[in-house]
Amino acid sequence: MVIKKIVGPSERLYLSALKGFFEEVAQLTLFTLRFFKQALQPPYEFNELLKQSYLIGYKSLPLIAITGCIMGLVLTIQSRPTLAEFGAESWLPAMVAVSIIREIGPVITALIFAGKVGSGIGAELASMKVSEQIDAMEVSGINPFKYIVVTRVVSATFMLPVLVVMADAIALYGAYIGVNLKGEVSFHLFFLQVFEKLTFTDVFPAIIKTFFFGFAIALISCYKGYNSNKGTEGVGVAANSAVVYGSLAVFILDMAAVQISSLFS
Amino acid sequence: METIVADITNLKKAFGSNHVLKGIDLKIERGENLVVLGKSGSGKSVLIKCLVGLIEPDEGKVILFGKNVFELNDEDLNALRKKVGFLFQSAALYDSMSVRENLEFPLRGLKLKQKELDERVASTLKSVGLEDAIDQMPCGLSGGMRKRVGLARTLMLNPEIILYDEPTTGLDPTTSKEISRLILDVQKKYSAASIIITHDVECARITANRMMIIKDGTAYCEGTFEELETSKDEWVRSFFK
Repeated sequence: MVIKKIVGPSERLYLSALKGFFEEVAQLTLFTLRFFKQALQPPYEFNELLKQSYLIGYKSLPLIAITGCIMGLVLTIQSRPTLAEFGAESWLPAMVAVSIIREIGPVITALIFAGKVGSGIGAELASMKVSEQIDAMEVSGINPFKYIVVTRVVSATFMLPVLVVMADAIALYGAYIGVNLKGEVSFHLFFLQVFEKLTFTDVFPAIIKTFFFGFAIALISCYKGYNSNKGTEGVGVAANSAVVYGSLAVFILDMAAVQISSLFS
Repeated sequence: METIVADITNLKKAFGSNHVLKGIDLKIERGENLVVLGKSGSGKSVLIKCLVGLIEPDEGKVILFGKNVFELNDEDLNALRKKVGFLFQSAALYDSMSVRENLEFPLRGLKLKQKELDERVASTLKSVGLEDAIDQMPCGLSGGMRKRVGLARTLMLNPEIILYDEPTTGLDPTTSKEISRLILDVQKKYSAASIIITHDVECARITANRMMIIKDGTAYCEGTFEELETSKDEWVRSFFK
């Protein structure tokens, strides 16, 4: 009673939002625990895993390739004037390579991935929920969580790193084109400069964090889709929140990864 | 062999302040077609979803093939569900799979040979009159065809009880009649018990051995189609007008 008296309407609104946030975090945690439990328990859905890897990985390749190429090209063109001002144009390949491999490649690819794959998973699962396809699986005696969620999350976790490696490689080619737009650097010299500057500590942590990016994007998307319950409106909401929260998770994980890797470097 | 397939006692379910089921009792025998009539939102679909454990009731007992559905672990519940066919209102076909894959899906884990699987798919599709649609995708099927494929999918595991959730909703009268007759054929061919949730009187007339009308979350009355059609209760008779 005392609490009711001192808490006004606006405070109650904040409290309810806070309660909603913690409830969501708790639900997501339970969903994650359920994922690990189901992922480790046989039977394993290998065929569906391969199918999802094809859909999530291979089908995302053209988009990732185009963005990767543009990323390398634009970064090179934008960086050149600043470096030229200091007479350090020869540093361009190395600088662009480090930027791409360490940060821009993984993060931009993960964001594109969240947009394409995350929204797709969110919308697909929500639509399956609305059209009772998930219930139909359950009634058939098939575990829908294992079949739908586990396969998608595992596929995304392993496909995003592959896509990032490819995007990085294509971005470096894009950078090579960018360097040669206003100069002449041989292919051999360009990549010699790139690999001379890149070290294990540039490449390894950058690749490792992409596993977490892929996992987080797919898990959040599956969570949003699987728990969607507002009819057809929920499909749009699930797709939208899958992208928003997936992208947010990428930035939060990236920040944590930078802190952790700086401890070891 | 026990004749009672499903036995529901004092089933209660509320969604927030909306008390949908207020203590329903229901028994269904092997090979019987029970039609459940009721207004929209009267809890008919909730009733059959409780029966297969898709919705957990607040109170009451659901005994299916002698087992309490809500006391089973996941593994036993999945095994029990293999004896149940469920035709959803929207047919709930898997959009990303062809008709063949949709029908093969419930048989996963049975480790059947491809030849045996093909034969079973072909014969089940034939029994619903859709053998030519085997390689089509669900998006290319009409409403009636989707229902038929949905029914074929439920028949793949030779269920002992089939639950139909509004099987004729959204279909034209001719297709509705076809589906209703198909339900009757399935009952004869597979000797399965059926619970048919509907508000289509014509469907009830064709398929029902026994009928139950739900009102205000309770079983308002029970009887044969003829008995209810000529009931003294005007509210009951209003369904048949």
